[in-house]
Amino acid sequence: MKKKEMIAMLLAGGQGSRLGVLTNSKAKPAASFGGKYRIIDFPMSNCINSGVDTVGVLTQYQPLLLNRHIGIGIPWDLDRRNGGVTILAPHVKGEQGEWYSGTANAIYQNIDFIDAYNPEYVLILSGDHIYKMDYSKMLDFHKQKHCDATIAVREVPLDEAGRFGIMNTKDDDSIYEFEEKPKQPKSNLASMGIYIFTWSKLREALIADNRIHTDSDFGKHIIPRMLDENQIMFAYRFNDYWKDVGTIESYWVANMDLIKTLPDFNLYDDFWKIYTDSEHQPPQYTGPQSDVRASLLAEGCEVYGAVYNSVLGPEVYIDEGAVVRDSIIMEGGRIGKNSRVNRAIIDEGSSIGSNVVIGEGENIPNELKPKIYNTGITVLAEATHIPDGVNIGKNCVIVGTTTQTDYENGRLVSGGSIIHEPEVIL
Amino acid sequence: MRAIGIILAGGHNERLGELTELRATSAIPVGSGYRSLDFPLSNMSNSGIGKVAVITQYNSRSLHDHLSSAKWWDLGRKQGGLFIFSPYLSSTSSFWFRGTADSIYQNITYLKRSNETYVVIASGNGVYKMDYNDLINYHIQKDADVTIVYAQAQDGDDVRQYGVMEFDEFERLTDLEEKPLEPQSDLISMGIYVIQRTLLIKLLEAIQSEERYDLVKDIFIRYRKKLRIYGYHYTGYWKSLNSIKAYYDCNMDFLKKDIRDMFTKNTPFIATKPKDEPPGKYNSGAQAKDALVGSGSIINGYIEHSVLFRRVFTGENSAIKNSIIMEGSYIGNNCLVENAVLDKEVVLSDGKQVRGSQDNPLIVAKSTVL
Repeated sequence: MKKKEMIAMLLAGGQGSRLGVLTNSKAKPAASFGGKYRIIDFPMSNCINSGVDTVGVLTQYQPLLLNRHIGIGIPWDLDRRNGGVTILAPHVKGEQGEWYSGTANAIYQNIDFIDAYNPEYVLILSGDHIYKMDYSKMLDFHKQKHCDATIAVREVPLDEAGRFGIMNTKDDDSIYEFEEKPKQPKSNLASMGIYIFTWSKLREALIADNRIHTDSDFGKHIIPRMLDENQIMFAYRFNDYWKDVGTIESYWVANMDLIKTLPDFNLYDDFWKIYTDSEHQPPQYTGPQSDVRASLLAEGCEVYGAVYNSVLGPEVYIDEGAVVRDSIIMEGGRIGKNSRVNRAIIDEGSSIGSNVVIGEGENIPNELKPKIYNTGITVLAEATHIPDGVNIGKNCVIVGTTTQTDYENGRLVSGGSIIHEPEVIL
Repeated sequence: MRAIGIILAGGHNERLGELTELRATSAIPVGSGYRSLDFPLSNMSNSGIGKVAVITQYNSRSLHDHLSSAKWWDLGRKQGGLFIFSPYLSSTSSFWFRGTADSIYQNITYLKRSNETYVVIASGNGVYKMDYNDLINYHIQKDADVTIVYAQAQDGDDVRQYGVMEFDEFERLTDLEEKPLEPQSDLISMGIYVIQRTLLIKLLEAIQSEERYDLVKDIFIRYRKKLRIYGYHYTGYWKSLNSIKAYYDCNMDFLKKDIRDMFTKNTPFIATKPKDEPPGKYNSGAQAKDALVGSGSIINGYIEHSVLFRRVFTGENSAIKNSIIMEGSYIGNNCLVENAVLDKEVVLSDGKQVRGSQDNPLIVAKSTVL
């Protein structure tokens, strides 16, 4: 029988609805980050760099792009005969199919997959965060403490602790209580959603819990259950860079973090590379009249205009006279002549005509989704087209191909939206 | 499949000086992210040739490193795929490859164990994009025994460094001279050939018994009357990396949009081994004008009309003009690099100046620390 000491299960099925139109057509883990990467590249690269060579990726919401990106795992050296990467989508069992109804339910539905590798330990990850972590050190900790479960935590300011799942620990960091978003937090150790379980213990808990809860969840059910059963559970402290990029603003900030002269998060580390699907990687070109400063340019970019304080994904084209500031332009984006783009996130494959202005005007929250778009950032969804000469304000959202007629007097004022596919969830 | 491929990547060209002191010509980095071998190898794969042998000999370490996996060229296969042939010892022979024909002859099993009709042979140091199917179709249409691809020499090409060819009005070869002192035409061989596999086996065995070892001299020139040898006129972009000037010009050609796009934007692409570098980082002091920059590079200074490879660092107030900076080089603050080629991992400490001339770019050898 096959035997792996530890395999990883990566929960990549979430939508990430607070990222608005950025996750319309792809799951949050597939969202672009840092120019050439996708969010899932970080946990995937951490796995292979930590020596975890068997990874199950659980998909559910809009998996197409994710499936294509992961393929057979070549970019992460996870194309293996024994182990490697396996995409685990919900499937029909017996008479009827079942969606993954909760984080633990998703693992429960794949018990057979895990059993096939007969692992001692299972590492549970999510595809939502930007960080570099050596899971093998966490496993050493797990073994050393003879844990049944180890939960990675980070210290957060106590006044913010109410937004997290908080681990209440004893002096030796053993966990005695877990509280989801407590009103009066007793500790500032927030769960990072990274767990190592001794598989036999988790297996029992999953089976037992799924008899009771149809939406079995790690935070709500499995961890409290294991605590109730007095299993040995420790908090594993992690204090390096770790960013949740769950909102438009945090997503933008985390990207901008990378362009500092000395960024907090170092992508230029030879011994902990972040891998992504980039087999075609031509160099980037900056033209004779270009001005590119304080920016990241991914492979194949061509810049003839000016780019300041921005992150450009692969194959982005900035035409002459265009000025891009404080923006994120993802793969294949095109900015036409003499256009100005300020504080915008432009998703993959979008094109902007010439003489367009984006992100100038009053800072009025988006009228349709004020909770999502309210920090002055204008967002263009995947494959959006903006015609020549229009003026677009702040906190605007645009989806699909737009024409001059969509813009009253050639303007879309701050907070406005143009949504061209009615079925799309904002 | 109709054809198998052979890439002759064993050559060494002294005219490239220090650039090939530590590597085969085919391994020379070019166009910010590629190695010379990527071009014929991608052409093979893109032309649907699924079985390709790369023959190496001279300083093959970096070449083997580059070819550590065949999957980047879609040649990691069970059927066919990539073969790498280096000289080896056996009880019957202990020879290095004594010539291009000998290098194929010593691996003649590769030919004998194939059943494809044609063999496409290409040299490993040409920068071009070509669909070899067009060549094979032409070869069939002409009912040729051998077809040799040729180009018209461009201004600045030293014709005496090439095989120079003459044809009759049907494009049949009438004369071929290797590196002639007094060239009779300006039609030069690109070192790309098509030949029937069984014929190649026969010819290789025949010349071996006469102790002849060279493909051009001992087969094409010697048999030019006996065999039906035709020329295939190639008019697209092609540069042979056979001198420092040619190498320099070829890299600078990548600054031209049409040439760059042909290789990097228009499918099929030229493929190479991925290095997984992060995006290029242009800090607040960066000024990159007419510049190609490889991924993983960090730019703090001024760059003009230059090609930088991956993971190059340029310091503040440094200026790089008309230069080629290869992977991993480090240029400190207040440096000046002009008309120079910095090989890999060169380190310039703060304030250093490196200058060549437009016609004679200065070469700084690999891992030099100044």
